[in-house]
Amino acid sequence: MELKKVSDLKSMANQIRQDTIISLTEAKSGHSAGPLGMADIFTALYFNVLKHNPKKPKWKDRDFVVLSNGHICPVLYATMANSGYFPKKELMTLRKLGTRLQGHPHREALPGLETTSGPLGSGLSQAAGMAYALKLDGKKNKVFCLTSDGEHDEGNHWEAVLFAAKHKLNNLITILDRNYIQIDGNTETIMPLDPLDQKYRSFNWNVKKIKGNNMRQVLSALKKSRTNKKRPLMIIANTIPGKGVSFMENDYTWHGKPPTKEQAAIALAELRKKRHYLEHENCKNCKNLHDECVCMDGQ
Amino acid sequence: MDFNKNIYLKEQNKKIPTRNGYGDALVELGKRNKNVMVLCADLTDSTRVMKFKENFPGRFVEIGVAEQNLVTVASGLAAMGKVPFASSYAMFCPGRCWEQIRTTICYNNQNVKIIGAHAGVSVGPDGATHQALEDIAIMRSLPNMIVIVPADYEQTKKATKEIAKYVGPVYMRFAREKTPQMTTLKTPFKIGKAQIFREGKSISIIAAGPVVYECLVAAEMLKEKRIDAQVINCHTIKPLDQKTILSAAKKCKCILTVEEHQITGGLGGAVAEFLSEVYPTKIKRIGVKDHFGESGTPDELLKKFGFNAVNIYKEALKMLNKR
Repeated sequence: MELKKVSDLKSMANQIRQDTIISLTEAKSGHSAGPLGMADIFTALYFNVLKHNPKKPKWKDRDFVVLSNGHICPVLYATMANSGYFPKKELMTLRKLGTRLQGHPHREALPGLETTSGPLGSGLSQAAGMAYALKLDGKKNKVFCLTSDGEHDEGNHWEAVLFAAKHKLNNLITILDRNYIQIDGNTETIMPLDPLDQKYRSFNWNVKKIKGNNMRQVLSALKKSRTNKKRPLMIIANTIPGKGVSFMENDYTWHGKPPTKEQAAIALAELRKKRHYLEHENCKNCKNLHDECVCMDGQ
Repeated sequence: MDFNKNIYLKEQNKKIPTRNGYGDALVELGKRNKNVMVLCADLTDSTRVMKFKENFPGRFVEIGVAEQNLVTVASGLAAMGKVPFASSYAMFCPGRCWEQIRTTICYNNQNVKIIGAHAGVSVGPDGATHQALEDIAIMRSLPNMIVIVPADYEQTKKATKEIAKYVGPVYMRFAREKTPQMTTLKTPFKIGKAQIFREGKSISIIAAGPVVYECLVAAEMLKEKRIDAQVINCHTIKPLDQKTILSAAKKCKCILTVEEHQITGGLGGAVAEFLSEVYPTKIKRIGVKDHFGESGTPDELLKKFGFNAVNIYKEALKMLNKR
């Protein structure tokens, strides 16, 4: 399903956030902040930018998505379910025995996953290997690698940064979830990374900085990335961890835990309200956009 | 078994490093299979992949001194249908990049061949930092991984071609030094099929790698004491050829394992684990005993750590109470 309008993409991102919350709550463990922060980027990718076919996950002309920071997979799963890779009800099996939705993504468990990931810092080099092979074979497929700022502490990641630059892998598009949090706190107190844009430029990469929760910017940058030339591309997306749920936003303690049922109810109510505002901007019944708006019924 | 006829005449036996067999096989493979690629972490010459590089520059990938990247880039290449051989010294790969091999190659089940050259104490003067003695243990414990330790040049050549045909992760280790040639062009090689190099029924010596030669010489020495020793070249450590090992245990009732590796976790460990469950047998493992190597000439080190024929002979006598 392709969504062309920014407003439709925003609605879908909201839906994906809700589904993420629901699956995490059901799982009773997992990461909340990163998935919510990346929902807009995943939505833009899967509902507009990527060449893919959820019914034929092995389609040979597809683009390849490599999720390096595997722990944010709840948002990947919610996005894949909404785009038709598997039934949405399967999201309720996240992290449970026998599930295809493993706690960290496993390629062999679920069609549509290109790699197995979880241990940090190894995604970019796999994506680079893929991009290298595609170039060698003269193929046009793109490789989209999603990476986090925390995993920039890993040496393996920087080895791949060197490799991709050496081979001028312009078919490798990397999106960095720059949310400034990792498990133990702020990235800049744990192991300072700034200025990341300058680091990448000096490593001979193309760099684009965007607001990762601004759908218009996300869409524009990702669309343009398809014509990226000469060097690998790093899109530094400044995102808000926990985006969409006020009590989670910018709070690092939400990195690695799920909401309780009560917290989830509050989070879902907030997201539903936001969804309502998005979709009812010009609705006569919602003049004041207040909580008791009649249009909220049945949502 | 079709042996080199000069096998017991040390001075006449042609000595070639096993790693050369790898390099020569790669060139043949490169011609036959367009998907074969070679990756190297700044050790092109000593891992013997120079010829492949010269013949197929487009399919040779120099990674630099970055073993974690070596295996993960290889995983990405394999995901696109390539057959990557990731070459380094065993100490660095798999030594440094075990988790990447576990997650991105074994669990991810990608068709990557991990090549660890310069394994064992016979690496010599470089010393303990460069003498891999734990690589078999760390690779053997990984699901989906095949582990191969070829005995000589010719066998390495065949093994390289066989593992290219096999779809899935493989680890293969080599020695540095020139070692005696035992097998010939005609000697078969099948992954997972151990080879009885010498028949015998009083003791079975099970070994892997170039030390198999020392075992053959030891068996020849034992013959003078009227002891007929069986020698098994167990080139595939995982999957272990349980059938051959079980029948050796049943026949000889006495097993001596020999490998240039720690006595834990390697071939000796694998044989002991297997037999202790199905057919408890008297076993002695010759290997490095919870110790690091050190600098010295290969011959000095082989002697010091007990891998020479004389020591194997003595250990066999001890086991049979015929000192």
